[in-house]
Amino acid sequence: MNTILLPAWTLLVREIVRFYRQRSRVLSSIATPLVFWVFFGFGLNSAIGVQVGSTHVKGLVYLYPGFIVLNLLFASIFSTISIIEDRREGFMQSVLVSPVSPVGIVLGKVLGGTLLAMSQGILFLLIAPFLGIRFSIEGLMLGLWSLFWLSAGLTSLGFYFAWKMNSTQGFHGVMNLFLMPMWLLSGSFFPVDTAPRWMAVAMKINPITYGLEMFRESLHAVPQDFPSLKWILLKSSILIIFAGVFFVASVFGLRKRTTGDLL
Amino acid sequence: MIAQSAPVLTIDKVSHRYGDRVAVDQVSIEVQQGSLHGLLGPNGSGKTTLFRVLSTLIPLQEGKVSLCGFQLDTQPRKIQEVIGVVFQHPSLDKKLKVKENLVHQGHLYGLSGAPLNRKVNEVLERFSLSDRAHEPVEQLSGGMKRRVEIAKALLHTPQFLLLDEPATGLDPGSRADMWAYLHELRKEKGMTLFVTTHLMEEADTFDRVAVMNNGKLVADDTPSHLKSSIGGDVVLLISDKPEEISTSIQRQFQIKTQVVGREVRMQLEAGHSWIPKLVEAFPGAIQSASVGKPSLEDVFLKLTGHRLTGEKE
Repeated sequence: MNTILLPAWTLLVREIVRFYRQRSRVLSSIATPLVFWVFFGFGLNSAIGVQVGSTHVKGLVYLYPGFIVLNLLFASIFSTISIIEDRREGFMQSVLVSPVSPVGIVLGKVLGGTLLAMSQGILFLLIAPFLGIRFSIEGLMLGLWSLFWLSAGLTSLGFYFAWKMNSTQGFHGVMNLFLMPMWLLSGSFFPVDTAPRWMAVAMKINPITYGLEMFRESLHAVPQDFPSLKWILLKSSILIIFAGVFFVASVFGLRKRTTGDLL
Repeated sequence: MIAQSAPVLTIDKVSHRYGDRVAVDQVSIEVQQGSLHGLLGPNGSGKTTLFRVLSTLIPLQEGKVSLCGFQLDTQPRKIQEVIGVVFQHPSLDKKLKVKENLVHQGHLYGLSGAPLNRKVNEVLERFSLSDRAHEPVEQLSGGMKRRVEIAKALLHTPQFLLLDEPATGLDPGSRADMWAYLHELRKEKGMTLFVTTHLMEEADTFDRVAVMNNGKLVADDTPSHLKSSIGGDVVLLISDKPEEISTSIQRQFQIKTQVVGREVRMQLEAGHSWIPKLVEAFPGAIQSASVGKPSLEDVFLKLTGHRLTGEKE
């Protein structure tokens, strides 16, 4: 176990210390989604309106959870994109030649990234009261639960891609062609119900959709119509499977070692 | 050479391919316990690939490697526990302090708590880094960073140290310091060092040097044996028309010559006596003529037909 937990812990701590020492990184990864949300939110405030449970929400508030998820996405990209450089000419080199199990490496890195992403999401959540959002205890618990698994899924996904790439440019490609559309098609901008059929299909196979749905529900649900445990478990299991699949895929990717020339 | 027992590292017919390109081709080397063995070659010769295979960074595709009694293909984890690896590109986390880097490294090897702390302080002391322990790595000089790098590799008291171009980016002073440390370690702990390099001066001080070129092992011997394989002196002429001069010399004097860039090289007994003859034979065409004892550079040239340095990947 010493080849899994202790190294995982040390990698997690390193991730957080590093983040804390790069203040500009903190700022930029929170500021972008925040600014986008403000512009889109106010711009589209009266154009978008949806019914969530018994509450009617307008643009600014409707877009709010989606942009928190964008924040999680940015945060997880930030913490995993560093792997590319790090394993070619950085700290990761010595991790790879040490007797640490691949599970330990992925666990430390993904958990570190997850906690960072989640804490940024929580920072974003502090705006909620100003939007008239009143959390119930259950709502807050459900919200944090959703943020955790969304972060874990996105960070595992980021790790998986980062390990496959041999340049940060390549990762940017994945980000633009895959990760961003994945976010757009998660119900962050428009609900599944009103989307054209073909898009609704894409949205329904996107695991982020279910995480976001759960998260949005946590913001607006009033105690009377709080989602059932069954509903929560169903949505959660989709997210957990998503995170699990990419976690395991990352471990296998690492175990295989690279055969390509990294220089 | 140092008193030897069984080889601690046996590389047996190892090959490595990147797609169709053969980077390491059927290389076999034996490294004796306690020795300082160099792996010399230009960039692209395959020495870094071999280093990566040995360090477990990339898989062993073909051949056998036994290191400290373990097989690389079946017991990589065991090997990882007993070797220390120093990379060409620093593997330090620049955002972390010196001591933090070492503590993380210790955790990777299962060390923790008081024993780890003792070990960290010990290596800090040994490498005169104690007063720098709480400085972020990014604020250190190149030589200092390299010292931390080596300290880090030694934290788990490895039996075998693998170094990839350890002198990269160091000025001559720091380079000498680094080697002083490494020699001391070797004397004290009987550690075995396997070092890749493209620097002749460095390789000259090693116990043995394996020379690689285009993925193949072209020699593996002590530096003095390698140099004595070239008889006599090395006579060197520099000219704008090296090819012309070379062919004329071959015709006129029946001497074997080699053209490298603007140089015409020859190995001759009593080289000094040839200089006036050669210079007079080509009035005005020779810009400079010199004679010297063969160096490892000459050995490399003789073995491969090209220079060791000055070629970039």
